[in-house]
Amino acid sequence: MPANGKPRIAVFKLASCDGCQLQMLNLEDEILAIAGKVEICFFPEARSQVLDGPYDVAFIEGSVSTEHALDLVREIRRKSQMLITLGACANTGGIQALRNLLDVEEFARAIYANPAYVHALAQSTPVAAHVTVDFAINGCPISREQLLDVLTSLLIGRQPQLPAHSVCVECKRKGVVCVLVAGDTPCLGPVTHAGCGALCPSFGRGCFACYGPMESAHPDSLCQNLVARGVTRAEILRLLNTCTGWAEEFRSATEKLEKV
Amino acid sequence: MIAANETRTIRLESLTRVEGEGGLRIEVHDGHLREVKLDVFEAPRFFEAFLRGRSIREVPDFTARICGICPAAHQMSSVQAIETALGITPGLEIRALRRLLYCGEWIESHALHIYLLQAPDFFGMESALTLAREHAELVHQGLELKKVGNELMTVIGGRSVHPISVCVGGFWKVPRRDELLSLLPRLEWALQASLDTVRFVSELALPDFTANYECVALSHPREYAINEGSIVSLQGLGILVKDFEQVFLEEHVAHSTALHSVRADRGTSYLVGPLARMNVNLTHLPPLARKAANECGIVWPCFNPYAGIIARAVEMVMACEEGLQLIESYREPDPPCLEYAPRAGEGCAATEAPRGLLYHRYRFNDQGTVQSARIVPPTCQNYRQIEDDLRLLLPAILDRTDAEIVDACEKLVRNYDPCISCSTHAVRVHIRRN
Repeated sequence: MPANGKPRIAVFKLASCDGCQLQMLNLEDEILAIAGKVEICFFPEARSQVLDGPYDVAFIEGSVSTEHALDLVREIRRKSQMLITLGACANTGGIQALRNLLDVEEFARAIYANPAYVHALAQSTPVAAHVTVDFAINGCPISREQLLDVLTSLLIGRQPQLPAHSVCVECKRKGVVCVLVAGDTPCLGPVTHAGCGALCPSFGRGCFACYGPMESAHPDSLCQNLVARGVTRAEILRLLNTCTGWAEEFRSATEKLEKV
Repeated sequence: MIAANETRTIRLESLTRVEGEGGLRIEVHDGHLREVKLDVFEAPRFFEAFLRGRSIREVPDFTARICGICPAAHQMSSVQAIETALGITPGLEIRALRRLLYCGEWIESHALHIYLLQAPDFFGMESALTLAREHAELVHQGLELKKVGNELMTVIGGRSVHPISVCVGGFWKVPRRDELLSLLPRLEWALQASLDTVRFVSELALPDFTANYECVALSHPREYAINEGSIVSLQGLGILVKDFEQVFLEEHVAHSTALHSVRADRGTSYLVGPLARMNVNLTHLPPLARKAANECGIVWPCFNPYAGIIARAVEMVMACEEGLQLIESYREPDPPCLEYAPRAGEGCAATEAPRGLLYHRYRFNDQGTVQSARIVPPTCQNYRQIEDDLRLLLPAILDRTDAEIVDACEKLVRNYDPCISCSTHAVRVHIRRN
C-alpha cells in the first residue's frame, strides 16, 4: 500500500458470471466504509468513472478465453503492483473450462448459427497460466467473509492469509455428520479448499469442489476410496469436473481415472 | 456534435453499471442516423454445449453459474423443464418454497439495480459510491434491501450467489419453519423500505419517451406469475410455454456473441422484464403492491422504458408482501424432494427471472444424461428491443456532443438492467460518424 494517499484499486472481469464481483457489492455493511479508504479507479459494474493505472491492487474475476482477455491480463499485470484473482474462473478456468477437452468449433456450431462470428480461444484458462498472480481467493462464488478478510488485511498493510485446510475440517468444526462415511455419498470435501463453511455437506449432499483443490491435495487416493465404495468411474469423473475441474490436481486425477 | 452532412461513427467501448461486458456503436451518415448496434463482446461460455453428457441431477448446479445475479432463476427454469420431461410435479409446499426463493432473488436483484446501478443516473452521478456522499441514507437503504433479499436466499439456498439446495424434484434440504420465521421482522422492514422506494422513484424526473412495445410475460390466473403460467402479450398473444420456440426465434448477428430473439412470424422485437410484467399482470399484484402501483403516478399500461425503475420498485413491494405470506403459511415439504425414476424425455419451462422471461429446454436419455440444452435468457430477448429504442431516441439528440449522446444512450440501455453475462455474451457503445 502506498505511504501517501489512498490505495488505487481496480476490478476487472473476464469470462465469468459476475458472481464474484457481486460478492464485493454483497458486503452491504462494509462496502461504503471500504470505498472510503481506497480509490476505486476501475470497477465498471459499479461505477462509470474510469481512472487509468498504475494500480496498487487489481482484482480479476473470470477466466482467459479470448485473445482480448489474453492481452488484457498482461496489461493489467504491467499496471498493477499486486494482482489478486477472484474465484474459480480466474483461478482454474472455471466451469467454462469444461470445453477444454472438447472441440470448441463444434461447440460454437452447437449454439450459434454462424460460428464464424464467434471468436474464442481453444481453451478457457486460469489467469496464473499467463501472468504472475500474487494472491488467489477461491470459490464459486468467493466467500464474502474471505474477501473481507483479504481487503482488511490489505488496508492494514498485512499480507493476506486464508485458511489452507479442507472442507473436511469445516465439517468437523460444524459438527456435520460425514456424508461420505455415514451416507456413502461421493464427496470431494477431503481435497477441497475451505471457505464455503461446509455448505453442501450441511445440506446432506457431497461437496463438488467449487472452492478448488486445497494445498497439496491428493485426489487420487480419494478416488480409489470412492471406487472401493462402489462409486462408478463415470460418477467420479463428473464430480471432479465441475467448476474447478481444470485445476491441475483434478486434471491429473481425471487423466489417471480415464486410463484405468 | 454532428454537422449537417457529417458521416462518422461514435463508439462507447464499454457500458458501465450493467452486468457483463458490451458496448455501443452508432453510425451517422450525411447527418442522419444510419445504424446503432449493441456490440456484445463478452466471451461466450458455451453452457448449452458442455451441459451435454452431464447428468440431469447436476443441471441446476451448472445453470446457476450462468449468472451470479440471478442464479436461482436459472435453477428454477432448468429443474422445472426437467421435471416436465420426467412427468413429475412437485407438491404445493415445494412450489411455495421455490416462489419464496425467487422472491428473495427479485428483492436482491431489483435493489441492486434501482439503488446501485440506475439511481445515480437520475442524480447526474457516476456511481452509488458518489451518490452516497450526498445521499448516504438512500444508498444505505438500497444496500439493506439487497441484504434482506440475500438473507432470504441464504436461508433457503445456503448462499445467495449459486445456492446449493435446489434439485430436480425439490430441495436437497428445506429450512425449518423457525428459521424462516426469524426473517419476518427483516421482511417487514423491507416491505416498508420497498414502499419508500416506490415513493422515491416516483418522484424522479423520467425522460419523456414512449415506445411501441409488445410486452411479453408469463401470466397466471391466480397470482403475479413468477414460476409458472402461459406466455401472453398485451397484443393478444397467448401460448403455452411448450410453443415458445415456434413463436420466438433466436437470430445470430455478427456484432454479438449473444443471440437476439424476435417474433418468428414477423421478425419484430418484443419487451420482457419488470415493465412488461407490470403491464401484463397488474391486476394480479397483491394488495399493497397494487395500491403502490395505482398511487405512483404512472398510468398502466406504461410504455416509457424509464418507468422500468418504478416497475422494479413495485415488484420489490410484491416480493416482500408475498414473501411474508409465504413464510407465515410455510409448511416444511415432506419429503423435501420427489423421488423419480430415470427415463428418457424432453421438456421445457419458463420462469420470470428478475430481468424477464427465462426459457430452458432439455432432452435427455433413459440414463438421465443430457443430450441437448437450450437456454434463452431475458437479455437476449431484449437486445433487439434495446436497439429499436436507441433508433427511436437517437435522431432527436444527434445535435448534442458525443459525450452527451453516449450518456443518453447508456442511460436508456440501463433501463433494461441488461445482464450480459446471462446472455452468455456482452454490450460495447461505438458511434460511427464519417
